[in-house]
Amino acid sequence: MFELIGIPPQALFGQLLLGLINGAFYAMLSLGLAVIFGMLNVINFTHGAQYMMGAFAAWLMLGILDVPFWASLVLAPILVGLFGVVLERVMLKRIYHLDHLYGFLLTFGLALVIEGLFQWKWGSSGAPYPNPIPGGYNLGFMFMPTYRGFVVLAALVICLATWYGIERTKLGAYLRAATENPTLVRAFGINVPRLITLTYGLGVGLAALAGVLAAPIQQVSALMGTNLVLVVFAVVVIGGMGSIMGSIVTGFGLGLIEGLTKVFYPPASNTVIFVVMALVLLIKPAGLFGQTK
Amino acid sequence: MVGQMMTPSQGMIVAAAVAVLALAAPWFAYPVFLMTALCFALFACAFNLLLGYAGLMSFGHAMFFGMAGYFYGHVVKAWDMPPELGLLAGVGGAALLGLVTGALAIRRQGIYFAMITLAFAQMVYFFCIQAPFTHGEDGLQGIVRKPLLGGLIPTKDDRVLYYVVLAIFLFGYGAIYRFIHSPFGQVLKAIRDNEQRALSLGYEADRYKLLAFVLSAALAGLAGATKAMVLQFATLTDVSAAMSGEVVLMALVGGLGTIIGPVIGAFIIITMQNYLAATGEFVLVIQGVIFVVIVMAFRKGVVGEFSEWWKARRSGPRERPAAAD
Amino acid sequence: MAETLLKVEGLQAWYGESHILHGVGFEIGRGELVTLLGRNGAGKTTTLKSVMGIVEKRTGSVTFEGKETVGQPSDSIARLGLAYCPEERGIFSSLNVEENLLLPPMVRPGGMSLGEIYQLFPNLQERRRSQGTKLSGGEQQMLAIGRILRTGANLLLLDEPTEGLAPVIVQRIGEIIRQLKGRGFTILLVEQNFHFAAAVADRHYIMEDGHVVDIMTAGDVKQNIGKLQAYLGV
Ligand SMILES: Nc1ncnc2c1ncn2[C@@H]1O[C@H](COP(=O)(O)OP(=O)(O)O)[C@@H](O)[C@H]1O
Ligand SMILES: [Mg+2]
Repeated sequence: MFELIGIPPQALFGQLLLGLINGAFYAMLSLGLAVIFGMLNVINFTHGAQYMMGAFAAWLMLGILDVPFWASLVLAPILVGLFGVVLERVMLKRIYHLDHLYGFLLTFGLALVIEGLFQWKWGSSGAPYPNPIPGGYNLGFMFMPTYRGFVVLAALVICLATWYGIERTKLGAYLRAATENPTLVRAFGINVPRLITLTYGLGVGLAALAGVLAAPIQQVSALMGTNLVLVVFAVVVIGGMGSIMGSIVTGFGLGLIEGLTKVFYPPASNTVIFVVMALVLLIKPAGLFGQTK
Repeated sequence: MVGQMMTPSQGMIVAAAVAVLALAAPWFAYPVFLMTALCFALFACAFNLLLGYAGLMSFGHAMFFGMAGYFYGHVVKAWDMPPELGLLAGVGGAALLGLVTGALAIRRQGIYFAMITLAFAQMVYFFCIQAPFTHGEDGLQGIVRKPLLGGLIPTKDDRVLYYVVLAIFLFGYGAIYRFIHSPFGQVLKAIRDNEQRALSLGYEADRYKLLAFVLSAALAGLAGATKAMVLQFATLTDVSAAMSGEVVLMALVGGLGTIIGPVIGAFIIITMQNYLAATGEFVLVIQGVIFVVIVMAFRKGVVGEFSEWWKARRSGPRERPAAAD
Repeated sequence: MAETLLKVEGLQAWYGESHILHGVGFEIGRGELVTLLGRNGAGKTTTLKSVMGIVEKRTGSVTFEGKETVGQPSDSIARLGLAYCPEERGIFSSLNVEENLLLPPMVRPGGMSLGEIYQLFPNLQERRRSQGTKLSGGEQQMLAIGRILRTGANLLLLDEPTEGLAPVIVQRIGEIIRQLKGRGFTILLVEQNFHFAAAVADRHYIMEDGHVVDIMTAGDVKQNIGKLQAYLGV
């Protein structure tokens, strides 16, 4: 059937898998952005840099202390998340009362600083991270490298766990309530500033976790998150930031659309998400899952 | 603003001094540096028009600046047409691009507007990497300077070209000034301050915002095309997100929403880059640090902080007005 | 009067530049039910918010069980044992009824159990999986009251719990407030509906333009009904 339209199934499924993997990263990153924005009113421009820091943390720990991938998967997000906690305490919390734009500018500046420093120390060419689970399966219609399959599954689990944590737990109820009305939540005796710090740390940790997962697939480099975060902004505009499930679906969906574009019209593959954004702005400006406030 | 702090006669003196300085500058500073700075100053003013007077922060203005450079280069080099047409193509192309992206972006406000413009600029950037006429990573090089006005103005001499660029800058600056002080600009400010109220008075807010967006894009295009004319190349740097950030930084350093601030900010940043060019990625680190410091501590920028200090000095130490942002 | 639980002296409060409270003072003994009465805009809500520490700026003195609260953040104040039911009810739309009920953390031992609260408000139990803001106005008010009963707080600040509700529901809320008083809660009630207030309260403080201008005990109300009506503009 695929031969009919001139696309060998290997290529099609190969690209769809790549799309799914990209989508996994879009989903994880846009999820973090949305959670942070809900609580802090800040669009975290540093997200791409923190994703890069996650990958770097894993790479450095492997190189210096011989920490295996699976340990890094836990340690790196914690380390980078703690870095996020410090950032929030020292800087971000001083600007919540200002227009959203200032948070955007501040985190943009921080991204420049972080990425510049990493580039200065380790260059921008990138280093490989060894594949922790080499090999793969022949599925008949395509060859599936094990690690890539793992990434998609891991991302799904991470996204659903985040969804569960926010929609179904006590801490999640605090988060949702404080997103709506922080003053009242605080007047009930909840330490909202600490909750905000925690949220930022978790969002940043999520970005770092995505970075660790990306390390064996991509080159670990100072600028690996620079363009990614811009695409994720488009993803966030498309999905709207109101809904956790919406972020997940939008992220994976756009990855797939990108993969399909690579099959059918490769030159448009890195702009297609922006085209989708333009269409969504035309048809449903608040985003697919967003409410107009 | 600065104008309101001084008596008319003081204002005249300052204006005269600035005029003399502008005219004499190429005799004691590198003309190419001055021209580059003027291009960026115009770019920053165009950006600031949108932020300061329409309340819209574009984080994608590099797409107009950079694309206009490509348009200029393509018209002048590939099509071998006169530079005037190149400038026109830069302005027109940027305006058109502004019309399309602006019409979509103004459908959202605030932080979303910034993200959307940024995303569109990234799309333009990816397009430029692939499109043949931009020559990808190499850029459009060797756009030879041609004389202006059919041979009347020789532009090979940097000092002569400097006055041309100064004239272009003044034209753009004047256009912004006129625009802000026109009835149209007043409506725009009313929309910025209270969109609901302006809507209820019967103003179609979106049309005003779009016009401001297109004008801002066109002027950013004028700046970009002029820069390509001066430096004789157009590259990916000028359409990149980093460039979009740089113009925000210039306006921020100078003072958001002040009419002279972006000019001062542009000169500060360009001078800094000149001195730091050899340090490579540290330019970005330092720019990042400046962003952080300004947002944390000096949100009014050089002009805003200065005028506040000046006012405080005049009215005694007691009166320190509350933040106006 | 019983042992003083809350004492407010010289309380001033601001929203930005506007000075709203100009030295409010009153006190409440343990187990009492006291109301703040006054016209719209008199500063009753602002007084409650100032006690809770959620106005931008406040000065003066507010002591709870002898501890000064001015200068403390609102979460610390709440943990002393004060609970606030805001005028706009503040039901969270992203939480269901039960999540709304369980949101305020325990601040002291001795609060009511979830079962007791559902007994008091059977409607809430029926609708415990509904989105909080999907409830009727009356149910939302009950939810707003119900959720502060679990925490163990012994001083309840209720801001116009009967506002905009049908007479039967007002009556029901009146019964509930009396029951709560019977259980030993101390209550500071803001009301416009003075018939409702007169029926439940031990004492009334009358506010005008950010001051307390008069005090009446439950017994005074009958003789001073004309004066009270003049204050309230009814
Ligand atoms: N958020 C606010 N900002 C500015 N002024 C306010 C605000 N809330 C209330 N006010 C003003 O404070 C005064 C007292 O209001 P409030 O305490 O709500 O009165 P009451 O509850 O007695 O009706 C009113 O004049 C009101 O306009
Ligand atoms: Mg009130």
